[in-house]
Amino acid sequence: MTAFQAGAGYGDGRPEEARGPAAAVFDHADPASKRIIVGYGFWIFLLSDIVMFSAFFATYAVLVQETAGGPSGRDLFNLHNVAIETGCLLLSSFTCGLAAIGSRAHNGLMYYGGMAATCVLGLGFLGIEIHEFAGMIAQGAGPTRSAFLSAFFTLVGCHGLHVTLGILWLLTMVAQVFAKGYRADILRRVLCFALFWHTLDIIWVAIFTVVYLLGAGA
Amino acid sequence: MSSMDDYQPLRGADHAPGDEPARGREVAEGVLGYLIGLALAILLTAVSFFIAGTFLVWRPSIPIALVVLAIAQIGVHLVFFLHITTGPDNVNNVLALAFGVLIVFLILVGSLWIMYNLNGNMTPMNM
Repeated sequence: MTAFQAGAGYGDGRPEEARGPAAAVFDHADPASKRIIVGYGFWIFLLSDIVMFSAFFATYAVLVQETAGGPSGRDLFNLHNVAIETGCLLLSSFTCGLAAIGSRAHNGLMYYGGMAATCVLGLGFLGIEIHEFAGMIAQGAGPTRSAFLSAFFTLVGCHGLHVTLGILWLLTMVAQVFAKGYRADILRRVLCFALFWHTLDIIWVAIFTVVYLLGAGA
Repeated sequence: MSSMDDYQPLRGADHAPGDEPARGREVAEGVLGYLIGLALAILLTAVSFFIAGTFLVWRPSIPIALVVLAIAQIGVHLVFFLHITTGPDNVNNVLALAFGVLIVFLILVGSLWIMYNLNGNMTPMNM
């Protein structure tokens, strides 16, 4: 069979190895699977979300010195808490990866266990963040105090909002797999959720470096 | 479409971001990939937090070191957690990422550059 004949249809279902080397070279006309299209589309969305965060980062970097006589990052930030928050998110990225593997392998223990751990770690992160925000507002360093604090609460708060929505999405995915099983369409949503959660961790890396470490230490 | 069809990458097809590299990956191998990523990420994070407060290195170099460490860690996350690779099935994902990075770069550098210039041209208020 020539490569052209093989490529004329939408694939004959045989594995690549059975089709000879020519097929692998010429035969790329198959439509991508829905999983790839959905994942790619969601990846584009996530990149646009990152672009939005970059605008908040730019705002923060421009306004970081404008404390209007109020407290600066050096006075406010508690790196001990930030380290715990970072550990929570990092571990949750790992457990989210385990859940993704579990969903593909139809392994309930890995999927539900991974999702539960991700949920607990995400809630731990949120709890520390809310505690930090409440403490700052209580000592008069709320978002209305200075341009620096407005930019800080917008940037970090927007990430916290994403984490909150991510946890709601996580619970939804647990319920959907529980109710409907490891169906292809459900698993595509699990893939998108995992992408979303890992991206939140990437944004947090930028936040703890630019906002907290550069703000408190250097 | 049966549930398994969705994963079996069609011949020459692309690779969905976030998916494990295709075909025949054992569960243990997938877990190992995430474990390596986690270890590298923890290492880079620990170094970041350590040098942020240390006096062992030349102080003015610390901000640059922190930014470099952050970029390295973002790379680790992209490779080990989001499975973005340089393989031919990943070209679309990498191109989209490159475009995103370009826009992010323009927004950050453009904002900082313009605002720095504007600041320099402001009439001093408290002379």
